Formats: sequence, C-alpha cells, structure tokens
Amino acid sequence: MPATKLVKGVLKGNRRDLARLITLIENEHSSAATALSMLYKHTGNAHIVGVTGPPGSGKSTLVTRITAKYRKRSKTIGIVCVDPSSPFTGGALLGDRIRMQEHSLDKDVYVRSMSTRGHLGGLARATSDAVRVMDAFGKDIVIVETVGAGQSEVQVVEVAHTVIVVDVPGAGDDIQAIKAGIMEIADIFVVNKADYPGADKKVTEINAMLDLDSRERSWRPPVLVTNALTGDGIPELVDMIGKHMSYLQETGLLKQKGLQRSRDELEQIMEYKLTKELFTRLRGTPEYEQAIKKIAGRNDDPYSVAERLIAEFLTSVRG
Amino acid sequence: MSSSKKIRVLVAKPGLDGHDRGAKIVARALRDAGMEVIYTGLRQTPEMIVEAAISEDVNVIGMSILSGAHNALFPKVIDLLKAEGVDNILVIGGGIIPQDDVPALKAAGIAEVFGPGTPLAEIVGYIESNVKL
Ligand code: B12
Ligand SMILES: Nc1nc2c(ncn2[C@@H]2O[C@H](COP(=O)(O)OP(=O)(O)OP(=O)(O)O)[C@@H](O)[C@H]2O)c(=O)[nH]1
Ligand SMILES: [Mg+2]
Repeated sequence: MPATKLVKGVLKGNRRDLARLITLIENEHSSAATALSMLYKHTGNAHIVGVTGPPGSGKSTLVTRITAKYRKRSKTIGIVCVDPSSPFTGGALLGDRIRMQEHSLDKDVYVRSMSTRGHLGGLARATSDAVRVMDAFGKDIVIVETVGAGQSEVQVVEVAHTVIVVDVPGAGDDIQAIKAGIMEIADIFVVNKADYPGADKKVTEINAMLDLDSRERSWRPPVLVTNALTGDGIPELVDMIGKHMSYLQETGLLKQKGLQRSRDELEQIMEYKLTKELFTRLRGTPEYEQAIKKIAGRNDDPYSVAERLIAEFLTSVRG
Repeated sequence: MSSSKKIRVLVAKPGLDGHDRGAKIVARALRDAGMEVIYTGLRQTPEMIVEAAISEDVNVIGMSILSGAHNALFPKVIDLLKAEGVDNILVIGGGIIPQDDVPALKAAGIAEVFGPGTPLAEIVGYIESNVKL
C-alpha cells in the first residue's frame, strides 16, 4: 500500500495506519517522502524529549515512569525506542518494550521499537521521520530512547527539544560511563538508581564537570536524582522537562532552533537530491569512466575533473 | 520501489507461565537470521499481545506456552486479531503442546506449532517461507 493512502488515517488518529506508515518510512518505500510532505504542515506541536545514556542505566524504566506522570496530566504520548542491529546479520532484538508494559493497553500511549539498521549516531535513519509522524498524529509529547550510548551517539540532539542524559552511581572513577560527547548534549542530567551507593558522589562529579564548561549559556543543566523502580524523583524530572521547554520559549531559543533545524534539513535534502541527480547522469557513461582512468593513470587529476564535470552539469541543467 | 523490508516478529509469553528459556532462545535465533524481534516479556494477556503486534506492525506473532494454557490463550489472540480486522499476520506457537491439541489450534488459525527439540533452523525456515511481507 502506498504511504500516501495512510496519511488521512494518521491525521484521524488511526493507530494502525500510524504503525504502517512508520514501517514504510523505515523500508524507504518510494511513496514515503510524499506522505511526509503531506503531513509536514500538521507537525511542530509536540514536545520532543530525548533520553540517552549508557546501556542498562534505566532509560526505558524512566521513560515508563515519565509517561505515567504525563498520563496523569492527560497528555498523549508517543515513544520511539531504538536498539542496535547486529552488524553481522542485520537482525535486532528490540527489548525496551518489556519495561513499558504498564501502558500497553493505553490507547493514548503509542510505543514503537526501532532497529538502527546499521545507522550510527544512536538513532535509526527513520527515527526523526517517525517522530514527525507521531507529532502529526497529535501526540503531545514524543519521547525518543536512544541505543545505549557512549560518546558518539549524539544525534538525538538534532531531533529532541530537551535531551535527558541518564547515568548511574559508581560507573567508574570520575566520568567513565558517560563521556565528553554525550555530556555536552544534556539539557537535564539524571543520576538514576539512587538506591545504589554513590549517587551523591555522581551528582558532585557531574556538577564539577559542568563548572569546567566554559560555554556561555543561560541554562545550566540541572542534575536530578531518581529511582525509576520506586518513582522517586520522577515528579521533579517531569517538572524540569516542562521548565526547559518554557526556557526555550521565553528566550526565543525554540524559534532559533526551529530555524536552524529547517535550514539543516532543507540543505540535507537538497544535497541528497543534487548528488543523486548528478551521479545518475554521470555513472556508467563512457566519458566518466574515461575520466576516472585518466586520473588513475596520472594523466589528469581529480580536482580539475571535478570542477569540469560540475560545470558541465550546471550548464546542462541551465540549458 | 527501493524497499529494504525486514521481517518483524513479536515473541510473546501469554498467561502466567514463567518458562521463558524457549522464547528467549527462539527470539535470539530469529535475530541471528536477520529478523527484527520484539520481545515483550512475561505475563502478557492476549489483548496486550494484539495491541503490541498492531503498534509494532509485525509480520509474525510467535507465542510460547509451557504451562498448558495454550488451548484458551492461542485462539483468543486469533479472535482479537480478527476483531481488529488484522489478517496479514502469521501466528505461530511453541512450547509444551500435546499433539492431540494441534489440529484444533490449527483450525482456530494458528499456522504452525513447534514442540520441544525443534531445530531452530526449522523455525527460521518456516517463517521465511510463510511470512506475508
Ligand atoms: C527448565 C524448566 C523449568 C525452569 C524454567 C526456567 C525458565 N526461566 O525458563 C523452572 C525450574 C523455573 C521451572 C519451573 C516450573 N516448571 Co518447568 N520445566 C522446565 C523444563 C525441564 C525445560 C523447559 C525448557 O527450558 N526447555 C528448553 C527450551 C529451549 O525448550 P522449549 O521451551 O520447549 O522450546 C522449544 C520448543 O518448544 C519451541 N518453542 C518454544 N517456544 C516457542 C515460541 C515460538 C514462537 C516458536 C516458534 C517455537 C517455540 O522451540 C524451542 C526450541 O526447540 C520442562 C520440561 C521439558 N522437558 O520441557 C519443565 C516443565 C515445562 N515445567 C513444568 C512445571 C509443571 C513447572 C512448575 C509449575 C513447577 C514444577 N513442577 O517444577 C514451575 C512453574 C514455573 C512458572 N513460573 O511458570 C512442566 C509443565 C507441565 C505441563 N505443561 O503440563 C514441565 C513440562 C515438566 C513436566 N514434565 O512436568 N521449569
Ligand atoms: N536498582 C535499580 N534498578 C533500576 C532502576 N532503574 C532501572 N533499573 C533496572 O535496571 C535494568 C535496566 O533498566 P532499563 O530501563 O531496561 O535500562 P535501559 O537503559 O533502557 O537499557 P538499554 O535499553 O538496554 O540500554 C532493569 O533491570 C531495571 O529494572 C533504579 O532506579 N534502581
Ligand atoms: Mg532500554
């Protein structure tokens, strides 16, 4: 079924159409882009919250707790949980849903498990579009749980308004588990598993690290302590997520981020389309193969050939 | 269409049965065969299984029961799927299931039943040849 047929159902709140559309996006079905373009004007209303941190730190359990709190406030929730695919078989075991059972019969909570399908950066390629579809569907809050992250899985910052970085007590001396890259993207720090010894020490360590951060900024990421098993600290966390959104709105940062994101996205799409167009014209033509042979034989160089081919391409599209 | 389809499977443990070794082993084998496997853990009601299957848009539901409750729980899942108008999901089961019960389960809509000692390759092969993508 073409994705465009599902758009109406998604806008009317049909869960099954939502689920199928996400599958078509994941599978890069040829009609997915058109469906997304039809949905675009209905997006931009959800508060998108990213949850990242080392494997097993309690991300899924926290997401469940946060969701329960939001449900008490009658918010509707979409959740995308990303798990890594096996580099050898391409398969994946998606287990985050195990922790989200308490919401499994709540029609206002939509949970979708997603494999990275080889994509790096902590998310799947389709994650940001899936988030967008949930936004268009009408979810008030969309939560993205990344793969268990180390230091380079920071892509969630491109998708979320508010990024929560989860750590646990005693994960090594100083900051071992969460490293520089991932520390820098936090809007809120959570030290989960407060029932383990060393939570206070962890809070001190993170704060000490924040003291060293020389970036000029008006939002210093707060460090909260939670126990996701008992729910301790969850009301404070949910309040802080709301405070962060108010901060983004009041300072104009939300608008600024929106502009930046639109610019980045537009440029990514144009870059993709342009290069695709260029290469469909070039690849396989005798001239192109000849030029490559010349470069390899040192009869020409890649710099001038690139200049020439792009100039020719531009002339041909103008003509 | 430049599609890159993946077989998505929900592996579920319906009822109060706590034997989860088989379900986990099967889940891992399917992952190793390149499938995307969603494991929902223990104590699933048929309603929870159907809801998860729809939300996750799976192609296959695989249920594991070793407690003897299969005659009640397997057909219930089929009924709920029908009520939701879902007819494109392959539903299979495994665990301790007496041979005598198998014909009725199949009549109810369980496509195949796999008992103890089934080679994992047989389960993988069955799904690959019978799944509707
Ligand atoms: C290990 C075991 C346990 C372990 C379970 C550990 C765990 N976390 O899984 C423990 C000790 C906890 C346990 C407890 C009990 N057990 Co016990 N247990 C077994 C035992 C010995 C082996 C089960 C096993 O793990 N097999 C290995 C796995 C890999 O095999 P499998 O599950 O059959 O899976 C294969 C196939 O069936 C199929 N398959 C299974 N699931 C699925 C799913 C899909 C989608 C597909 C495609 C295929 C598939 O593929 C797999 C690979 O071939 C069996 C006896 C037996 N020989 O089966 C009894 C048995 C299942 N237990 C039994 C009982 C009664 C109990 C208890 C109630 C009390 C007791 N008397 O010990 C408790 C209840 C626990 C509970 N909370 O539900 C009975 C059940 C009787 C019945 N059905 O009428 C059995 C049959 C023993 C007996 N002969 O009496 N048990
Ligand atoms: N003691 C304690 N255990 C917790 C707490 N929060 C979560 N856990 C347990 O930690 C384990 C991992 O929790 P998950 O929520 O699955 O962690 P995760 O970060 O989502 O894990 P991955 O998605 O695999 O990276 C589970 O056994 C939870 O029950 C907590 O506050 N205290
Ligand atoms: Mg998780």
